[in-house]
Amino acid sequence: MNTTRRQFSLLAAGASFALVAPARATPDSMKASIQAFTGGKPVKEGRVKFDISLLVENGNSVPLSVLVDSPMTKDNHVTRIGIFNEKNPLPDVAIFNLTPRSGRAQIATRMRLNDTQFITAIAEMSDGTYFSAKSEVIVTMPACVEE
Amino acid sequence: MNRLAYLVVIGIALPAFAQDARKSGFDFMGPDTQAMQKDDLANPGMLSVLEGEALWKANAGTSQKSCASCHDDATQSIKGVAARYPAFDETTQAPLDLAGRIIQCRTERQGAPAPQREGRELLALTSYVAHQSRDLPIAPPKDARLASTRAQGAALYSTRMGQLNFSCAQCHDDNAGGHLGAAPIPQAHPTGYPLYRLEWQALGSLQRRFRNCLSGMRAEPIAAGSKEAIALELFLMERAAGIHLETPAVRP
Amino acid sequence: MARALINVPQKSKRGEIIEIKTLMSHPMETGFRPGMDGQLIPRDIIEKFVCTYNGEVVFSAQLHPAITANPFISFTTIATDSGTLVFSWTDNKGETQVQTASIQVE
Repeated sequence: MNTTRRQFSLLAAGASFALVAPARATPDSMKASIQAFTGGKPVKEGRVKFDISLLVENGNSVPLSVLVDSPMTKDNHVTRIGIFNEKNPLPDVAIFNLTPRSGRAQIATRMRLNDTQFITAIAEMSDGTYFSAKSEVIVTMPACVEE
Repeated sequence: MNRLAYLVVIGIALPAFAQDARKSGFDFMGPDTQAMQKDDLANPGMLSVLEGEALWKANAGTSQKSCASCHDDATQSIKGVAARYPAFDETTQAPLDLAGRIIQCRTERQGAPAPQREGRELLALTSYVAHQSRDLPIAPPKDARLASTRAQGAALYSTRMGQLNFSCAQCHDDNAGGHLGAAPIPQAHPTGYPLYRLEWQALGSLQRRFRNCLSGMRAEPIAAGSKEAIALELFLMERAAGIHLETPAVRP
Repeated sequence: MARALINVPQKSKRGEIIEIKTLMSHPMETGFRPGMDGQLIPRDIIEKFVCTYNGEVVFSAQLHPAITANPFISFTTIATDSGTLVFSWTDNKGETQVQTASIQVE
């Protein structure tokens, strides 16, 4: 039996849906991830400087850096910095473990962004408090994708 | 009146051309991607260059010779070579691209298996060799034996192809500086190959980029290393003569 | 053959905060992408990064599939003594790749 054009496009649509379908993070699953990171403790805004482009050319590699205002002494330092997103397949991006030997609470990395969305950076302090900053990033679609 | 208008247009266009309005794809990128290319310690293309350096020094094939056994210190001996490719090859009496020359060295002089086009080994060696010409102007050979190939490349560049019936020139000459979707259309100067493309999440050759463009035009891709691919590469290098090489470039 | 690019300043003053940049050659295959045959390509990612300075952990990170192919990580540490920095990247199959860099502190 020959597949008609309509049948083919239905098949193709079904196939592509099946491929794109894997579960996605949602603002709710991001919240759950953040809860796991903080142990449910309150998160205040501030002290975190989150540097990421507002508009990126390709979501495959988005540079970001985080700088937290902290003296980084034995008694008062940043212990962890967590990065979370709300629209990638998974809400977790990375967790960085810092020590008083870091000298400065500053990290940089590159992440993937599935879509335009809010990214959140949370700093855990040695006294068990949490501070955060968030930033919206607009991802433009590249014109020439392969195949 | 019409004729006068033409004269005015020509009058404006000529001095602009004389000033060299040619730009590398680098100039069309956002600041983040430019910064990624400029910092050798953050440029992911440098990982291939590093791998290429190790391959350059390692013995290969039945000859048990390395590239360095013959060419010695690449930072001296290979400097400027990539800027002069594709070139006319005496042994085969045909035009040859840089990757093709490396394959020839590997198989005929080192007695090693032919590295695959677009494979990791060939990309690493090609990027290491091309990196030695970084910041040098593209200097295509003035070899008369390349004339017909150059003409073939020029013809390919302006031939409408594929279901969308586009030519390279329609985007990269007529609409360069404009946008396709949100992406700026560059002038298609091959200044940084092999380059790290964020879209690929890997390093790739100019000929992979051809395939990419052609599939976007819904045209039949041309095979890497084929006569057509080398012809188009030769024409583009001629068109970009004098612009400085950037290998390994980073592009979105 | 995986490779890494590591930047540790050649010479530093005691007590100076130095920035260390690392770039690791790795596909960071997410496990969410279909291959040419339509089947999902199995996940292959670096999950853990650790930096020790003369034997003591000064920085570490847990990475998820959202980190870019050829992961780039930059962080800081205080130059305390001359010695060795050891960097290790461990993937989701438990394989670890290690590179070292020496540091000169005056």
